[in-house]
Amino acid sequence: MADKLIYAMYDDDDVLKESAKHLVSKGVKVHEVFSPFPIHGIDPIIGVEHTRLGIFAFIYGLIGLTLATVGMRYFMVVDWPMNIGGKPNFSYLENMLAFIPISFEFTVLCAAHGMAITYFIANRTLPGMKAQNPDVRTTDDRFVIELRASQNSNYSAKELEAFIKETSFVEIEQKEI
Amino acid sequence: MHKESAIREPLILGHKTFNDVTQDVCKPIEDKAPRTWYILFGIALIIGIYGIGCILYLLGTGVGVWGLNKTIGWAWDITNFVWWVGIGHAGTLISAVLLLFRQKWRMAINRSAEAMTIFAVFMAGLFPLIHMGRLWVGYWVMPIPNQFGSLWVNFNSPLLWDVFAISTYLSVSLVFWYIGLIPDFATIRDRSKKPISKKMYSILSFGWSGRAKHWNRFELISLVLAGLATPLVFSVHSIVSFDFATSVIPGWHTTIFPPYFVAGAVFSGFAMVQTLMLIMRKAMKLEAYIHTKHVEYMNIVIMVTGSIVGTAYITELFVSWYSGVEYEAYAFINRATGPYWWAYWSMMTCNVISPQLMWFRRLRRSLLFTFIISIVVNIGMWFERYVIIVTSLHRDYLPSSWSMHYPSHIDIGVYIGTIGLFFVFFLLFARYFPVLPIAEIKSILKSSGESYKNGTNIKIKSKSELKKAKKSNSK
Repeated sequence: MADKLIYAMYDDDDVLKESAKHLVSKGVKVHEVFSPFPIHGIDPIIGVEHTRLGIFAFIYGLIGLTLATVGMRYFMVVDWPMNIGGKPNFSYLENMLAFIPISFEFTVLCAAHGMAITYFIANRTLPGMKAQNPDVRTTDDRFVIELRASQNSNYSAKELEAFIKETSFVEIEQKEI
Repeated sequence: MHKESAIREPLILGHKTFNDVTQDVCKPIEDKAPRTWYILFGIALIIGIYGIGCILYLLGTGVGVWGLNKTIGWAWDITNFVWWVGIGHAGTLISAVLLLFRQKWRMAINRSAEAMTIFAVFMAGLFPLIHMGRLWVGYWVMPIPNQFGSLWVNFNSPLLWDVFAISTYLSVSLVFWYIGLIPDFATIRDRSKKPISKKMYSILSFGWSGRAKHWNRFELISLVLAGLATPLVFSVHSIVSFDFATSVIPGWHTTIFPPYFVAGAVFSGFAMVQTLMLIMRKAMKLEAYIHTKHVEYMNIVIMVTGSIVGTAYITELFVSWYSGVEYEAYAFINRATGPYWWAYWSMMTCNVISPQLMWFRRLRRSLLFTFIISIVVNIGMWFERYVIIVTSLHRDYLPSSWSMHYPSHIDIGVYIGTIGLFFVFFLLFARYFPVLPIAEIKSILKSSGESYKNGTNIKIKSKSELKKAKKSNSK
């Protein structure tokens, strides 16, 4: 599907935030913002929902804790109980103090790595992937707003550009895909 | 009376723009390496290769080549292990704990401190592995079904806890570090002109684009990983201390060990960060980002943790007397007045007295003094582990088996070799990786940069703002 992309470039994060506010107040849908560092407060303006990665991390942590508990109970109590200094080797609960360190470590291990893998997959950032930023300067000191004609069918591309020109932009660019 | 709190010193000196930050950090990577880098790298590499040679000799011959004997079955190997793990504590502490406390000054040092952490833990991990004698069966520490009727590893043993703690710590620190590196790799990728470096950095940057949603996830994952890494930092050295504390050797069998070890680890880790940072800021011209204030903050941490360590030493002495256990009391009398008195008193001087000098503002803001103290502290912390391990062992319950420990040249070679290898890694890092978190520094430029703080916001004004100003003037 052919679509028209309009990129408006800014040279300051606060200016971009003001401009995004301006565009949104006109009823323009801002499709994406590219920036060299996180712009605090941009998400509610352009309607980016807060990520749910934290919930995932919690679930991964619980999985880790369960695995560690089940594993250690099987190894140390069920399959091959070892007599170590006469300590109770027939019940998990009575021996649990010795299992706390590894339970904790394994919980952290699973939570951290599970979360990291989810993060990479959700971002679609994996080794060797092609960079998707519209301009190489967006990782240096330029901030870009991306508008899509298909998402703003009430306005023509010209009108969208006119809106951008009301803000303190630096460069403006159109692209067909 | 009216007292106003002082405005904090700016964290970034000079009138930096976003582009200046990128330039300053990327320049050493994009330029040719200076000659001193090659010289240092060469020296580190030679020392490292010598160390590897010693390790290979050890593996070929057996652990007998160390200066151990029947009484002292643990000496330099475990000393070096604990020393390196301790050094490896500052990085994650700086980036995780200080992130949770929203300390912005961490951003000047967190990247290289984390790199230091990872390399130090590499070096630490080497020691238990070579201590096995048969390196190739190292995987036996993992709970893997095996041919011995599935005889599992002992989950009650602190040594196994160590395996899990160190490997979790290493891998989580690595992931935490790498996730922070990705946006900065993208910056270098987008700047590089040479095809090979472009290719390399584009692989390393995972195709990062800096979308708003990605930054949202980035901030959350940094926060959650910091939250996970914070208890991890404390747990790792606690578990290392359990290696000793759960035994029944007088001098080891103390409940004070976990906090005492953690404080000691942070103490030595920060000292190592100081040593490296003071050289790096000069060599890479990063004085605007790592300046006296940062050094002062770190010195305060060194002072506080040094005081905790000092208190722990004195508590140990007191309890050994107060407990009324004569073996325990003897272990400590022997430490201070026995044949290893020189190790004990060097430890006391380096770790208890030297950090107290940081109470003087003049001294803790002096870079030369800081550099000297940072090295003194690390020597002291090595002696601490040596004192705990060797002097507790060398006179055991049976006087006929009392002995002394003399390191063999393999002991020394392996230790020196790991220092060489550590610097090989660190120099490679400083050459090819962004040593400051570019993205994070830009995000604090407006709140902590000098031009914004002092209201002398001249250069940083964006072009669009100037244009606007011009327009309104002409009207």
